[in-house]
Amino acid sequence: MSNTATAATAASASRKSRRTGPSHANSGYLFVLPFLLVFLAMLVLPLVYAAYLSLFREQLIGGTVFAGLENYTRALSDDRLIEGVLRVARFFLIQVPIMLLLSLAAALAIDSGLLRFAKTFRLGIFVPYAVPAVVATLMWGYLYGPDFGLFAQIADKLGLGAPQFLSEGHALASIANIVTWEFVGYNMIILYAALRAVPHDLYEAAAVDGAGAWRTAWSIKLPALRPALLLCLIFSVIGSFQLFSEPKLLQPLAPNVIDSSYTPNLYAYSLAFTGQEVNYAAAVSFLLGLVIVVASYTVLLVSNRRSRA
Amino acid sequence: MTSTSPATSSLRTAGATATAPPTRHRRSLAQRRSSVLTLGMLALLIYFLLPLFWLFVASTKTTSDLFSSFGLWFAGDFSLLSNIHDTFTQNDGVFGRWMLNTVFYSVVSAGGAAFLAALGGYGFAKYRFLGNNVLFALVLGSIMVPTTALAIPTYLLFSEVGLVNTPWAIILPSLVSPFGLYLMRIYAQDAVPDSLIEAGRIDGAGEMRIFFALALRSLAPGIVTVLLFTLVATWNNYFLPLIMLNDPDLYPVTVGLASWAAQAVGGSGSNAELLALVVTGSMLSIVPLIAAFLLLQRYWQSGLSAGGVKG
Repeated sequence: MSNTATAATAASASRKSRRTGPSHANSGYLFVLPFLLVFLAMLVLPLVYAAYLSLFREQLIGGTVFAGLENYTRALSDDRLIEGVLRVARFFLIQVPIMLLLSLAAALAIDSGLLRFAKTFRLGIFVPYAVPAVVATLMWGYLYGPDFGLFAQIADKLGLGAPQFLSEGHALASIANIVTWEFVGYNMIILYAALRAVPHDLYEAAAVDGAGAWRTAWSIKLPALRPALLLCLIFSVIGSFQLFSEPKLLQPLAPNVIDSSYTPNLYAYSLAFTGQEVNYAAAVSFLLGLVIVVASYTVLLVSNRRSRA
Repeated sequence: MTSTSPATSSLRTAGATATAPPTRHRRSLAQRRSSVLTLGMLALLIYFLLPLFWLFVASTKTTSDLFSSFGLWFAGDFSLLSNIHDTFTQNDGVFGRWMLNTVFYSVVSAGGAAFLAALGGYGFAKYRFLGNNVLFALVLGSIMVPTTALAIPTYLLFSEVGLVNTPWAIILPSLVSPFGLYLMRIYAQDAVPDSLIEAGRIDGAGEMRIFFALALRSLAPGIVTVLLFTLVATWNNYFLPLIMLNDPDLYPVTVGLASWAAQAVGGSGSNAELLALVVTGSMLSIVPLIAAFLLLQRYWQSGLSAGGVKG
């Protein structure tokens, strides 16, 4: 198009338009309104409705009655819920650092310029992100399996017993492996994109100072990655605490280990859809949301304090 | 060599190793390091790609071959085509329906979400209306609201108004992408110069016309990014369709495959043959997305780097 022409008119007109500028401000509502309407209907309304539902209780006689905070006091002393929350918290504390370290290492390696076939690595590691959690879990479930699973076959060739990936002690780690496999590439791409945006003259200055690739990575790239890392961390908090698909799909393979309250989300699901305890399920969902918000803010606060110190 | 524009930056990595005349004396060191690093990354790459290779190999086998042959290599009979044929004809061709449903849900959702995010992000970036910051902070804060915590109340609301078990039950909730809005706001800030908007006003164009005729073109890489990421989110979604739909004809491929897998889990009797179909269906279901990412990589990568600038 006539880019130069529009730029020229813009330059010649900028004096005049500065006066008329502010009067356009209200047109902004026109642009944000469609989004905000859907936001209100699909996010705020369900949230408010969940809060409302959670204050009621269904009785065999008398139907639904107001129950105040009863569902919440019940939830706070519900061992199955607490166990589930602690389990996903443990999952978060172990899986997320491993995943983000792998993503960080991969992003730095690909950005370092020291790597051959960097583009192949970048795409290859990212590919699992395009695999739905359902497919990833089915696939890994088969790989873990004792019958035709790859690991069982290899163990058999080596004369060892089939590894028990979905036993009581190993199920969470096996799920962690699936989630790591799914999301390292996604986080890597976010970090890599942030690295690409580091101003080039910073690297040149570092090179003039005689900094090598490792030193540049440590002193320039890592600090520049802080906001992107934080973003990945927040997404990981959300992802970990609402873990659902992976345990849900592995459940038939290990019904005694992965029960209906293995994660809080699985618990809310089974409460609502098999137990018909909709009101209690709403309270559990709402509390889970609260846990996630608190965990996310804690992450934000801790990292902010550290950056100031 | 010193270019930093997003379009050319991907060339820099390749250029740096191939032609680096000023640091010739350090080249041998760099190359030694790169071998170690390359080997390490190769190990990582194998971890990510080997399961997919296994899946492909498995999709060429009959159910009995799955049990009797080694997972990382092909069995005597190459059954890929007959598996694909069986996958598409099982239950009167329901698998094809599931794939079409998935494509439909994700394309409509992603298109709608990207459009709303582009419009909204542009509005938040370019107009200083009253409440701009408050509203934007509200939307941004909602990124932390878990979508699955919303799913149950959304289900109950939808069942009140008869939307459950319709395509709308999947599409409507997927139209909101707070992260998409955030990305588009950042992107619009830099990609659409104020002078362009002012030039449009001088020419007498309305605000909407400026957006569609002038700004949209500059926003394209950002829009493609949001489009792809919401596409993946809807394509991969399992929880929402699981609770919203109970008619198998409406299932997306994720829920459909999971239902087959649940039937095949016994692995014996009449359901035994289903196992090969679950494996083949899984393999088929990931092909379109991987292809989309490979074809559109130039766009989503430049769009993402804009998001990374201010993180």
